[in-house]
Amino acid sequence: MSEVRAERKICIGKQDDFLERVGRAVEVEGQVIAVFRTSTHMYALLDRSPHPKGGPLNEGIVSGSFLYDPLYDWKIDMRDGMVQEPDSGQVQTFPLIVEGEDVYLLIAGNQLVSK
Amino acid sequence: MAEKQKLVVIGNGMAGMNAIEQLLKLTDRYEIIVIGAEPHPNYNRIMLSYVLEGSKSIDDIIINDRAWYVSAGILLMTGCKAVRLDTTHQQVMMEDGSVVAYDKLLIATGSTPFILPVPGSTLDGVIGFRSIEDCGTMMEAAAHYKKAAVIGGGLLGLEAAKGLVQLGMDVTVVHLPEYLMERQLDVPSAKMLQQELERQGLKFALGKQTTALTGTKRVTGLTFADGTSLEADLVVMSVGIRPNIDLAMGSDIQVNRGIVVNDYMQTSVPGVYAVGECTEHRGICYGLVAPLFEQGAVLAKTLAGVETEPYEGSIVSTKLKVSGVDVFSTGTFLEEPHHDIIRLHDGWNRTYKKIVLHNRVVVGAVLFGNIDDSSRLERLVKKGEQMTEELYQELTGSGGCCGGKAKSNMAAELVDDDIVCGCNGVTKKMIVDAIVVDGLTTLDAVKMKTGASRSCGGCKPMVEQLLQHVLGESFQSTQTKQGICGCTSLCRDEIVAAIKEQQLYTITEVTQALAWSQAEGCSKCRPALNYYLGMLWPETYVDERASRFVNERMNANIQKDGTYTVVPRMYGGMTTPEDLKKIADVSIKYKASLVKMTGGQRIGIIGIQKEDLPKVWEELEMPSGYAYAKALRTVKTCVGSTYCRFGTQDSLSIGDLIERKFERVDMPAKFKFAVNGCPRNCAESCTKDIGIVGNDGGWEIYVGGNGGIKARLADLLCKVKTDEELMEMVAATMQYYRETANYLERTSDWIERVGLTQVQNMIVHDADQRKRLTASMEIALSKLEDPWKKVVGDQKLRTALFEKVIVNEPCTH
Repeated sequence: MSEVRAERKICIGKQDDFLERVGRAVEVEGQVIAVFRTSTHMYALLDRSPHPKGGPLNEGIVSGSFLYDPLYDWKIDMRDGMVQEPDSGQVQTFPLIVEGEDVYLLIAGNQLVSK
Repeated sequence: MAEKQKLVVIGNGMAGMNAIEQLLKLTDRYEIIVIGAEPHPNYNRIMLSYVLEGSKSIDDIIINDRAWYVSAGILLMTGCKAVRLDTTHQQVMMEDGSVVAYDKLLIATGSTPFILPVPGSTLDGVIGFRSIEDCGTMMEAAAHYKKAAVIGGGLLGLEAAKGLVQLGMDVTVVHLPEYLMERQLDVPSAKMLQQELERQGLKFALGKQTTALTGTKRVTGLTFADGTSLEADLVVMSVGIRPNIDLAMGSDIQVNRGIVVNDYMQTSVPGVYAVGECTEHRGICYGLVAPLFEQGAVLAKTLAGVETEPYEGSIVSTKLKVSGVDVFSTGTFLEEPHHDIIRLHDGWNRTYKKIVLHNRVVVGAVLFGNIDDSSRLERLVKKGEQMTEELYQELTGSGGCCGGKAKSNMAAELVDDDIVCGCNGVTKKMIVDAIVVDGLTTLDAVKMKTGASRSCGGCKPMVEQLLQHVLGESFQSTQTKQGICGCTSLCRDEIVAAIKEQQLYTITEVTQALAWSQAEGCSKCRPALNYYLGMLWPETYVDERASRFVNERMNANIQKDGTYTVVPRMYGGMTTPEDLKKIADVSIKYKASLVKMTGGQRIGIIGIQKEDLPKVWEELEMPSGYAYAKALRTVKTCVGSTYCRFGTQDSLSIGDLIERKFERVDMPAKFKFAVNGCPRNCAESCTKDIGIVGNDGGWEIYVGGNGGIKARLADLLCKVKTDEELMEMVAATMQYYRETANYLERTSDWIERVGLTQVQNMIVHDADQRKRLTASMEIALSKLEDPWKKVVGDQKLRTALFEKVIVNEPCTH
């Protein structure tokens, strides 16, 4: 990650805008990112299930650092986006920082490529 | 026929009665008389901590009720005290002056808690923790006082302390050594235990020597040798036990710290035996339960004249019976210079495993956090097995890629007499017999039959292994059914019972108290627990939005592209031109991709964007149809006597009434109704969860039908005459299903599992039960509001739950 130079810091709102363990979609430059808040952390993932049939992730059930995808129940580690066994795949994750009440997404220059 | 010999047992505790139970299996040569000082039948003393924490009642821990004594032909004298022994004339003198003669005498008087001889030890509110009476005193104290101190951080002390915390007291454990359970744990595991218990609300004063208890009538506090003090309205002493030897001391039986017995449990006087905590065997007085069973087995054989191996002492293992804390130790667990130690200390998962070797032989072990290997280690130590490379890999989980982790079958290695359940003295043979002779196939059934794993549950894996071993592949299917999900091995009934008994009020409390492997649960158990808690505590439980499936959280059905379907309520399948107009308007305005009739006589508006949902609901001004919920979906009706020439009953009104009354209440699974005006059954009652069919004289009620994944025709539950009876039966049936079904279990599976007869017995034949069920349903119904209306009126929720955050101009730094 350290070689990424052009990193942008994007304010996506206050911490209170995000309910605990209830995800919320954040649209940045046409891309939708699912943001989750737990009692200790916040996570950001591309809001697209790695399941072949796709679908959103932000409505999933959150347990600790894990997310259960809402449509196909795949278990995803929100820290690195890895899909847990017996399924496989990976979701793109984004670093997220909280300063005071404000929540920022860190996006590298080439990360949000529209399809 | 030879005259029966008279065997008199003094003491009606676990040790004596276990020996008698074992003896009765071998011979009927004795006429048995049991003298018990306590006024109760024999109970399982090691389960007193459960009585204290409220998870078991006194009745639950009774091992042998009075009927057992009668059927076994034993004369039980409770509340009777033996005061003197005359071994010359073979007589027991009773307190009331009577005399009981014996041919053989068994002393099983147990032990009493040791009360520290410090000033104030006789004040009110100072007790030991040993009997049902002590439990009563502690529960009584918890109702009136706030602060408690438990002196002694050993096994029993910690169980007592946890019980008192559970009862709402502020509890401090006072302990002389610097770390807890020093007789069962080493320093690292004791520290982990302390941290865990602190997390559960216990406080500790370690390294403290109590010098006095203060107070005038009732105790008010403790003072320590270092000059500090502690406030307490209740002091529980748990610093050790003293064998009850007074009776033997007054006779010519040899007594040291306990009643001295040889390897066959014989005292120094011929014909007089002793067993349990009152004894001293090879210089050791045991204070734990497992030795009792081993001694009892040898004693029973001796008394029956059956050849037996001598009792050569017990290797003591310990398990702490505090919920959520798994601790185990066995054998020599404190390391000395000549030992080799295998130590696995995982600070992340909070587990600890230490295996002590002496000249390659496994001599002891300590486990914390994960005690799966406890039975195995216990056995290795008992048999003095050598450590091998293979064993090492199995125990440390460090095996190679192929087969390294494959555990060899412990169940096969055990011999018949090996005790599997140390709490209840159940041997391998007893379990195998239950499986083979009685044909049992599940853990629960074996548990009920033999008592194995009924108490601390530590031997559960071993019992499962035995089932697996005996039944082979056929056990697999029953085993996988066990836990409701991968987070727990508990089944639905065990969880619901624990929620009730331990008064658990939130999902977090459940997952903590019942030691979930994944702290916050998973997508399977969280919605289930949310349902069970709401069902059990309808008036106080706060529904957890984060534990609802997406559909129930958003109050709409998610489609595969992430848009939603909105289905408004149409009671009994009836709508109005005005409502249809509104549906048409919102469908156009919010660009519905499809408007479709559902299978339940209403209209679905498909393809609504998530952020538009609250606006759609607001503009529809219709109640939610709950098409997304584990709740009443639809009541399908025919036009009935109002319009149909064949109609005999007003199915429209009843359908409307039922849907209005029972909408919104959470059910274990989706729930569909049909109401028909005549036996032509146009609304298809036979495939509904509850189907109602009208006829000339009243209504027939059918239950358990399903037209979906697994077709099943409904069973006739009963016939009723009036609409009032109909509503009562329906309410009771729904509530009984709510209380007894597994989450997600449809009525079609439920009725087959529970049995139609059982449901009829509860609903139809038992008016009291029916009344209770309908009353419970009324409570559940009284707390509901329309979820769409709620969201529409709550701007904050609308924003946080339904609206996207749209970042237009990123503030770049």
